[in-house]
Amino acid sequence: MTDVSATPATVASERPRGRSFGKIALRWLLYIVLGLFALYYLMPLFVMVTTSLKSLEEIRTGDLLSLPRELTFDAWRTAWSEACTGIQCEGVKPYFWNSVMLAVPAVLISTLLGAMNGYVIAQWRFRGANIIFALMLFGCFIPFQVVLLPMARMLGIMGIAGTIPGLIFVHVIYGLGFTTLFFRNYYVTIPVELVKAAKVDGAGFVRIFFAIFLPLSIPIIVVSVIWQFTQIWNDFLFGVSFSQAGTQPVTVALNNIVNSTTGVKEYNVDMAAAIIAALPTLLVYIVAGKYFIRGLTAGSVKG
Amino acid sequence: MAKWFETHLPKIVLAPSFIAILIFVYGFIAWTAWVSLTRSRLLPKYQIEGFIQYERLFDSPRWDTAMNNLYIFGGLFIGVSMILGLILAILLDQQIRVEGAIRTIYLYPMALSMIVTGTAWKWILNPGLGLEAMVKGWGYENFTFDWLVNPDMAIYTVVLAAIWQSSGFVMALFLAGLRSVDTEIIRAAQIDGIPTWRVYVSIIIPSMAPIFLSAFIVLAHLAIKAFDLVIALTGGGPGYATDLPATYMYAMAFSRGDIGQAAASAMIMMLVVFAIVVPYLYSELRARND
Repeated sequence: MTDVSATPATVASERPRGRSFGKIALRWLLYIVLGLFALYYLMPLFVMVTTSLKSLEEIRTGDLLSLPRELTFDAWRTAWSEACTGIQCEGVKPYFWNSVMLAVPAVLISTLLGAMNGYVIAQWRFRGANIIFALMLFGCFIPFQVVLLPMARMLGIMGIAGTIPGLIFVHVIYGLGFTTLFFRNYYVTIPVELVKAAKVDGAGFVRIFFAIFLPLSIPIIVVSVIWQFTQIWNDFLFGVSFSQAGTQPVTVALNNIVNSTTGVKEYNVDMAAAIIAALPTLLVYIVAGKYFIRGLTAGSVKG
Repeated sequence: MAKWFETHLPKIVLAPSFIAILIFVYGFIAWTAWVSLTRSRLLPKYQIEGFIQYERLFDSPRWDTAMNNLYIFGGLFIGVSMILGLILAILLDQQIRVEGAIRTIYLYPMALSMIVTGTAWKWILNPGLGLEAMVKGWGYENFTFDWLVNPDMAIYTVVLAAIWQSSGFVMALFLAGLRSVDTEIIRAAQIDGIPTWRVYVSIIIPSMAPIFLSAFIVLAHLAIKAFDLVIALTGGGPGYATDLPATYMYAMAFSRGDIGQAAASAMIMMLVVFAIVVPYLYSELRARND
């Protein structure tokens, strides 16, 4: 990604013809088109923010893209602690914390397991390790609908149906394929001689992992944590299938608020709740976008 | 004993994950496949009766709508996202000064939950107060844009929102691809005086074939699994006009109490994914093992 100096445009502009009027106009056009697309991607976010800051009265009389005439944070307060998700009216607050309590352990456990699995598969190869990897990798691609019904029964049998630990369990299981993939692909680039040398020095399986591999793994740990956090925080299917009143994650609560049919439709509250639900992953993206993209493209771009 | 433990430790570490995947992925798929061959309704039955659930499924007009919607949604979503992503990647590949910032803006929707995206677009497309009302307010009284509540057009609102969410990601994939093309060939072509657009059409784009394939796989996979977006944007409505296989399966499993239908529809979804992903995974793994 760093070698941009050889893109065709560079070479073209180095040609002796110089910067003709046509070239400059073309350049301007390019920036205008890129800018218009930027507006297209930003528009929904802009609408969400401005709508959340307007009063209902202003929403009814004003138009979609106008700025709020009078800033009010009432909608935010309502969304956080008063909005109704069905019969309960506590806002998204309790569900936001549900999502936190669900995402943090699930992310940590699945990342740690993925790191150990990847370490074994990439560095301690044994017969059948590749088949095991292929079977795990395939698990990433199944449509989860195919496991919903038996999982609902299994959680019941295990006595964790409708609980947060139940949801953590589900997210760990179905996150394993991806986290194993991340670490396996990362560790496979580390020469096996490293393990051999450490073994000669008397270090065992566990010490080599904690003393040599884990310290080398910071970038891929970040990728895995961000990927898993985004997946789990944004999940809706497992959340809506395996939770009950009181243990729902924030995405389910948001959907319930927006689609609850009781009372007046408060669009500003809907938008504030949507932004609250989006904030954690949006923040992660802004702070660590590079790693987010690496996670997204891992496995889909060779090399 | 300690020696045995040490030599088998790698396998012991991998074992729990492997067993979990065997049970919760492959065992569960087998369970769903089994139940899809029974007369299960509210509770699962285990006596195999043949393909009766699949016959019911293919006779169901609602499933028919869901599959048709999948073709419309999948085709447009994949096609437009790829074209848009490629165009944006090429435009961004022209030594743009603020490339980093623009890339960040194009890609941020991918960090959002589909429920958030659906909520935002539901509001924007609201005929009474959203875009339609705004354009009417500008004086175009006859302007109508009621796709969200129009059974014939509602599925296109799902397409619209899904493209908004995912096209930036396709752009990032293509941009990485553009940057990895062998620069020697490009330079040689340019020394020969071949115009930039021809360099793209004849050299760069053809050499990115694997990336097109990857993007297609990822998008197709997203399309088949699409669930949250429909739930948040249209709720599958009006009526069941925007049902997709995933929402059909969910409705059968959790609100209609028809486990047999839920299992059969889930199996069809998995077969569609199989048909797309298996050849891809197979070639990937083979290439990597060489």
